[in-house]
Amino acid sequence: MNKFTRLNGLVAPLDRANVDTDAIIPKQFLKSIKRSGFGPNAFDEWRYLDHGEPGMDNSKRLINKDFVLNQPRYQGAQILLARENFGCGSSREHAPWALEDYGFRVIIAPSFADIFFNNCFKNGLLPIRLEAAQVDELFKAEADNAAYKLAVDLEAQTITAPDGTVYPFEVDAFRKHCLLNGLDDIGLTLQHMDEIAAFEVKHRAAQPWL
Amino acid sequence: MSAQTLYDKLWNSHVVRQDADGTALIYIDRQLVHEVTSPQAFEGLRLAKRRPWRIASMLAVPDHNVPTTNRAAGISDPISRIQVETLDANCAEFGITEFKMGDIRQGVVHVMGPEQGATLPGMTVVCGDSHTSTHGAFAALAHGIGTSEVEHVMATQCLVAKKSKAMEVRVEGVLGRGVTAKDIALAVIGEIGTAGGTGFAIEFTGSTVQALSMEGRMTLCNMAIEAGARAGMIAADDTTFEYLKGRPFAPKGEQWDQAVAGWRDLHSDAGAVFDATLLLDAAQIKPQVTWGTSPEMVVSVDGCVPDPATMSLDKREGAERALVYMGLKANTPITGIAIDKVFIGSCTNGRIEDMRAAAAVAKGKKVAASVMLALVVPGSGLVKAQAEQEGLDKIFIEAGFEWRDPGCSMCLAMNDDKLAAGERCASTSNRNFEGRQGQGGRTHLVSPQMAAAAAIAGHFVDVSKL
Ligand code: SF4
Repeated sequence: MNKFTRLNGLVAPLDRANVDTDAIIPKQFLKSIKRSGFGPNAFDEWRYLDHGEPGMDNSKRLINKDFVLNQPRYQGAQILLARENFGCGSSREHAPWALEDYGFRVIIAPSFADIFFNNCFKNGLLPIRLEAAQVDELFKAEADNAAYKLAVDLEAQTITAPDGTVYPFEVDAFRKHCLLNGLDDIGLTLQHMDEIAAFEVKHRAAQPWL
Repeated sequence: MSAQTLYDKLWNSHVVRQDADGTALIYIDRQLVHEVTSPQAFEGLRLAKRRPWRIASMLAVPDHNVPTTNRAAGISDPISRIQVETLDANCAEFGITEFKMGDIRQGVVHVMGPEQGATLPGMTVVCGDSHTSTHGAFAALAHGIGTSEVEHVMATQCLVAKKSKAMEVRVEGVLGRGVTAKDIALAVIGEIGTAGGTGFAIEFTGSTVQALSMEGRMTLCNMAIEAGARAGMIAADDTTFEYLKGRPFAPKGEQWDQAVAGWRDLHSDAGAVFDATLLLDAAQIKPQVTWGTSPEMVVSVDGCVPDPATMSLDKREGAERALVYMGLKANTPITGIAIDKVFIGSCTNGRIEDMRAAAAVAKGKKVAASVMLALVVPGSGLVKAQAEQEGLDKIFIEAGFEWRDPGCSMCLAMNDDKLAAGERCASTSNRNFEGRQGQGGRTHLVSPQMAAAAAIAGHFVDVSKL
């Protein structure tokens, strides 16, 4: 997994609530048996005017110029500004894979769906919850300023705006540790192998049908 | 010891270790596997040269990509075929039990698991699928996980997790005519919103819930995720035990008695404290129909499509966008909405009881000429066989429905069953998101009775008045 420490990145706004994982990566792309290559199909149904299927040459497709991420000013964006309940719906980890492959490293929203939120951390993506009013402020500031960038510092748990405003954020200590160091969860868990084995013996003695 | 909720009991009995900040390792009793969210996990295991920790805890089935017609010809879409073949190959390589496409036990993973008795009270159950909440109907702690976590559970038999808050959704009283567990679920989501359960595990309690069959309880827990809760659960009781007794993976003989004795404790203690509570009066719930592109956009069948102008600012824009997508005008009576297609099936409503309920409405009637396609897709091969034994297939076919082979089908349209742009569908599935049943397709979520009645009439009708 990619480490995340700090980032000074271009911000792209996605101003709608309840963006679900079907919208982030439509189901036809879930047929892949790989983990990578989903970026060109992130938000496929919003981003292109024609219907996308796996294996298509996306550079030849009809671009929806009205979709925000297609605007020239947002090319190269690494921070996605979003609204409440981002990532709801299906548990597909293809959603964070697609966002990460597209180039995003940070998503800021007032709230996230649980499974999506979890999945982000496993893939070097940092989801940040801010107060709805703060997110509103950022949407306004972004709209008023071309090439709007935010500086995200995971160690310090802060977002710093160009005008110097600092937005502190919360992050779970364990997840922060893993993200900062790019640690593989499985390796960490296997350090407790003996405890797991001991638990298992006890657990199955009490419920032998398991 | 102080009074515990069911969630407390399930959580506490599976904590392997817990750090000071609450991050815990939770032992997983059962992992269900399907073809869409597992290939990358198996690949990860291979790359790291790891083996699954406890192979017997896993049970696999292909469901999302399988065709519902002409199975003998195999899967025509090459990409779908590769995904199913990859599952077959992975299960063979690691020695995991799999019910393949030709097996009568094959079906939607959340129908198959309980049907086999592979979901038992007191278990922790995970699957790389958000509707894993379904299995909570058996007083199990069950939730969806991502593919990285699928790999993690395979390799360690544990999940890294933090305890959620507990919410009680209590439903009391007797449901009206034609009102089902699906309507309770939609009514709850309409009440608390799709993010209302975020951060919570929901326990459904009350006399109405206790009176539900296991099928109904599964429908209710299945939809907990649509309210934002990762897990839904219901206390174990005689209904639970009767359903499970004699199923292939359920304990037998003396072990059965020992198990049941322990399972009787799987309920919230009197006086247990929840972090949030919602109370619903069953008598007030009417058949529900969604009008928008989120399950919370729902009204009673005797209502009208709402007017965004009357909504609070934060809801208005989303509602306006949903009406454009759905091709609907504000204030249209729900019963005035004509439909093009009907889908009866999915892990929400693809069980035998759902088939029976839909057939009872369809019996002796004909699908309206204006309805292009009315699909009935049983949740598993065993549901299909049972329905055929009861003659339900004939009722459907005579009425003009298509009777298909089991799978996810038009719930998410990863196979050939899908809506074309602009088509409107009465669907017993669980998500009405944009494009869910096919790009540009318009989904209205309803119960099986409501879907069958809509197929016959060509538009929504109030089944409580039939
Ligand atoms: S039936 Fe639908 S919701 Fe259920 S597992 Fe299949 S695709 Fe998912």
